[in-house]
Amino acid sequence: MQNKQEYLALTEKRAARSPVLRDCFFAFVIGGLICLAGQGLRSLYLALGIEERPAMTLVTVTLIFLAALFTGLGLFDDLARIAGAGTLVPVTGFSNAVVSPALDTKSEGMILGVGSKIFTVAGPVLLFGTLAGALYGVLYYLYGVIFV
Amino acid sequence: MKRIHRFQRPPRILSAAAAGGKEERRGPHGEEFDFCSPNDLFGVQTWEMAEGEMARASLSFALKKAGIRAEEISLLFAGDLQNQCVASSEGLCSVGAPFVGVFGACSTMAEGLALASLAISGSSQVSLAAVLTSSHNCAAERQFRTPLEYGSQRTPTAQWTATAAGSVLLTGEENPKKTGWGPGGRCPQISEVVFGKMVNGGITDAANMGAAMAPSAADTLLTYFRESGRTPADFELILTGDLGKEGSALLSLLMAREGFYLQEKHVDCGMLLYDPEKQDVHCGASGCGCIASLLSCHFLPRMARGELHNILAVGTGALMNPSLIQQGGSITGIAHLVHLEVR
Amino acid sequence: MMDIFLSCLFAFLVGGAFCVIAQLLLDLTRLSPAIILVLYVTTGVLLGALGLYTPLRELAGCGASVPLIGFGGNIAEGIREAVDKDGLLGVLSGGLTAASSGTAAALCFGYLTAIFFRARPKRL
Repeated sequence: MQNKQEYLALTEKRAARSPVLRDCFFAFVIGGLICLAGQGLRSLYLALGIEERPAMTLVTVTLIFLAALFTGLGLFDDLARIAGAGTLVPVTGFSNAVVSPALDTKSEGMILGVGSKIFTVAGPVLLFGTLAGALYGVLYYLYGVIFV
Repeated sequence: MKRIHRFQRPPRILSAAAAGGKEERRGPHGEEFDFCSPNDLFGVQTWEMAEGEMARASLSFALKKAGIRAEEISLLFAGDLQNQCVASSEGLCSVGAPFVGVFGACSTMAEGLALASLAISGSSQVSLAAVLTSSHNCAAERQFRTPLEYGSQRTPTAQWTATAAGSVLLTGEENPKKTGWGPGGRCPQISEVVFGKMVNGGITDAANMGAAMAPSAADTLLTYFRESGRTPADFELILTGDLGKEGSALLSLLMAREGFYLQEKHVDCGMLLYDPEKQDVHCGASGCGCIASLLSCHFLPRMARGELHNILAVGTGALMNPSLIQQGGSITGIAHLVHLEVR
Repeated sequence: MMDIFLSCLFAFLVGGAFCVIAQLLLDLTRLSPAIILVLYVTTGVLLGALGLYTPLRELAGCGASVPLIGFGGNIAEGIREAVDKDGLLGVLSGGLTAASSGTAAALCFGYLTAIFFRARPKRL
């Protein structure tokens, strides 16, 4: 092989592309339907006399539960193969990111195996959500002190 | 420096057997496997242990076919993809044979065959060598990629690690009495081997292993053709391990640039293990078990039956480490060549 | 009746659109799914900080709150309320408080799933 750069360029040019249109279609439809299902659940909880804010929280919790159940039944990864970002981006993807490593590391022990690996995929989400929030909090506090 | 090791008394292959999982059974060569586990667990609780069981099962079948006891093995060469090659040590401890652990990623089968041939030709103590490698999809996914139930889409260049193991028994005897090939079966011999050099093509995408391995496969084949003066036309088949669709196309391209045209002589085991019509394999199969199982259950038996006489088998490996990839490193490829003949 | 239909339509369209953006990132760049999740949560915090998240949720309902953007948006809202109430301490307490039910649900259901189920081989 003469040249690394040339070879890299060749492989990049050759490598098959993902079917973007098809992927986007399924991501849109399935992701949209999950949000629609959330909207339906919200109406249900509101009809049951639950206040707006707890109802919204309950919707999130319900979807997390369903995604965990589907992951346990082995159906989530089959759906995600079609849906792609359609199941990743809704809170179902976060749930799957927590549940799947937990299931996987069962063989390494229910306390330390599951306990430590449960965060392997979702850990970054929690960390950067918290960090970004804290950064915003500091700026918001300083803004309040200086200008108000 | 000469790179081809040519044997005065070529080692003979006495017997071979393969074990696989559920998807391998569904593939075009599923019926030829000696044993397939319907749930990929091989009767144990974890995927890592299941791989060891699968490796041991393939060895027992190879021994049983030839009517040889495990105690007769003078050297056992084995390797796999798990950290510390633990499938081999876990599964083969109970065999009780002198053990040589080998790691060459997915090239391990060819590396083991080449090492065993050198051992047999170099030491009169080695009367019977066993070579086996394995890979397990679930153990590999867990170690190299994502949790099993994690929902994600594979990229089009991604390959599927095979759940498969293959075992081969080698001897230095010219006319072995006990073989696993049945009446009239002829023992294939290893006439020549070439140990490959490591080649790094700069590929950093762990989902494009074929591209990472193709340059090393081309390097080894070019070395062999130039030094031996032969061409692809001199062989019935040029078998590669697990380049997949992408890597195979790149290999043909790299070879053609140097004036060697592989064309239909080239067959990649990664593209034979599954049925692209029925199974969603993307670029094909990968893993140590890929070439190991297909050699053991398909190509070697065909040679023993006299359907094939003269083939090159090139084990291809991506010496990949997930941490190094995260650190921005690229994937080094390796390929070892074994020239198999029936005389 | 029209209200319900419109809110459902907006939930579907906005939620679907967030998924399409992520799918484009997945297919056209080398970003991994985990990076996309991080990107969405931090974007959600940013939207919340800029005051854009609340109007978006009022328009799209679950189309805004169900995608991980909503997780980030909630964190920003929680921070703001906590800082208003407790001052500087709210910087630390607000975010996790707002994210607590989702996180706790995922962890608890995750552990329960690990007790009752086992991982299966992927299918080809």
